[in-house]
Amino acid sequence: MKHDIVIIGGGPAGLAAAVACYDNGAKDVVIIERGEELGGILNQCIHNGFGLTRFKESLSGPEYAERFIDEVKKRNIKYYLDTMVISLNKDKVIKAVNPTLGFFEIEAKSVILAMGCRERSRGALNVAGTRPAGIYSAGTAQKYVNIKGYMPGKEVVILGSGDIGLIMARRMTLEGAKVHAVCEIMPYSSGLKRNIVQCLDDFGIPLYLNHTITKIHGTDRVTGVTVSKVDKNRMPILGTEMYFSCDTVLFSVGLIPENELTKSCDIPLSPRTRGAVVSQTRETMVDGIFACGNVLQVHDLVDFVSEESEIAGKFSADYVLNGAKAHDYVDTKEGENISYVLPQKIDKAVSGHVKLFFRVKNTFKDCTIRVKCGDSVLLERKKKIAVPGEMETLLITNDKLKDLNQTVVVELQTNS
Amino acid sequence: MEVKNLTCVECPMGCQIEVGLSNGVVEYVKGNTCPRGKLYAENEIKRPLRVLTSSVKCVGGKMLPVKTDKPIPKDMMMDLMSKINACHPSLPIKTGDVVIKNLYEDVNLIATKTIE
Repeated sequence: MKHDIVIIGGGPAGLAAAVACYDNGAKDVVIIERGEELGGILNQCIHNGFGLTRFKESLSGPEYAERFIDEVKKRNIKYYLDTMVISLNKDKVIKAVNPTLGFFEIEAKSVILAMGCRERSRGALNVAGTRPAGIYSAGTAQKYVNIKGYMPGKEVVILGSGDIGLIMARRMTLEGAKVHAVCEIMPYSSGLKRNIVQCLDDFGIPLYLNHTITKIHGTDRVTGVTVSKVDKNRMPILGTEMYFSCDTVLFSVGLIPENELTKSCDIPLSPRTRGAVVSQTRETMVDGIFACGNVLQVHDLVDFVSEESEIAGKFSADYVLNGAKAHDYVDTKEGENISYVLPQKIDKAVSGHVKLFFRVKNTFKDCTIRVKCGDSVLLERKKKIAVPGEMETLLITNDKLKDLNQTVVVELQTNS
Repeated sequence: MEVKNLTCVECPMGCQIEVGLSNGVVEYVKGNTCPRGKLYAENEIKRPLRVLTSSVKCVGGKMLPVKTDKPIPKDMMMDLMSKINACHPSLPIKTGDVVIKNLYEDVNLIATKTIE
């Protein structure tokens, strides 16, 4: 079969992209979703706090998803559920399988990659110990509790203080489990302050900064963990071991953009974001293939996923309706104290403001963030505080694009 | 004089705020860098409120996400959880439908998902 635009992934990124494609004139859009319903991970994020930026109200994950699902349905945009894309090539031929059609192919004029992330696992960390039952990623535990209605355990230790770990500390506590500790190897939590207070402090759950799990105990089922303090190189310090008796360990240790399909058609990835290299239109280095949402960069807020996906949808529609255009790229680059900048390329042939997204490497108080092109400073913003857990943005206005004659660098300097 | 320590959640600064109380009345607030911090601390001392979210098992076994339609006192959360878990709504249900009326005073528990 043939479609103008195929969107891979029916989570928040895919949904917002689909609506934007349609509203920008490309009506022949289809969403391919691996799960049994649209909405992606939002379906299991039953806590509130979504949509504060976009809708100016605090929604639960399912409520946020439903607003977009309703928009998709209103437009009669086609979607396939329970459908797994198994390959994608540069000619935009998609091979997929599902229970009703079996194996099938779609030829697309444009593709939007919106596959999201998966969680880093215990294996990725090489935690020593046995392999008993009772070890879950925080998101898996979240699915068990919120979607399946099972409790994975009663006595819990959580490794990693990212937002999912914090949210699950509260969730398990509310459902009657005892969360003994949240361990964080870094000297700070990457979670939002609001979550530290409302998920840990509210319930008296201790957060151990500069600590990690050095051993998991138990043969059939987890019986406990050894937790050690770490030095500034994040190496465990001998003699600081603490033992916690528990039957469950949750890992909340980061997300990895799910880019297998992206790699399979040789789309260049950024080692910094582990997502595709894109321009401000969210077009990858393969014409007509776009990427948006967490498959591109891990966002803190779904509101920004929606915003980014609308950009991808708009330009994908433009590509389908008006054809490919010549590019005039200038690179962006992370300077001092910045861990990454997105987009990695600015296409000067595309008019319009360019919003740069970036993260700082550490917690900085009283600092100045600059965007430079050679010796000239394009933008400068003073900040009272910048933290790695909150994505920063700066806007390069349209009038400045023509003057970009070399790599655009974002840097942060402290003012003291 | 009683002293309470709080972390402000109004922005990423996360100011460590100290509140001095005498007989439950706020005497001073310090450690905040802006007026929002003072207001946050005063409210947290007076009566900390939270929106409670959970999921309940419907008749037939499907899980339904729910939330309180207004914030409830923080110290009531655990008590209300047993009431929430004892409830098994029947389907279909729409986002915003009341699952438990007057869960706490005039606060209702409502569905946050439409399930056919």
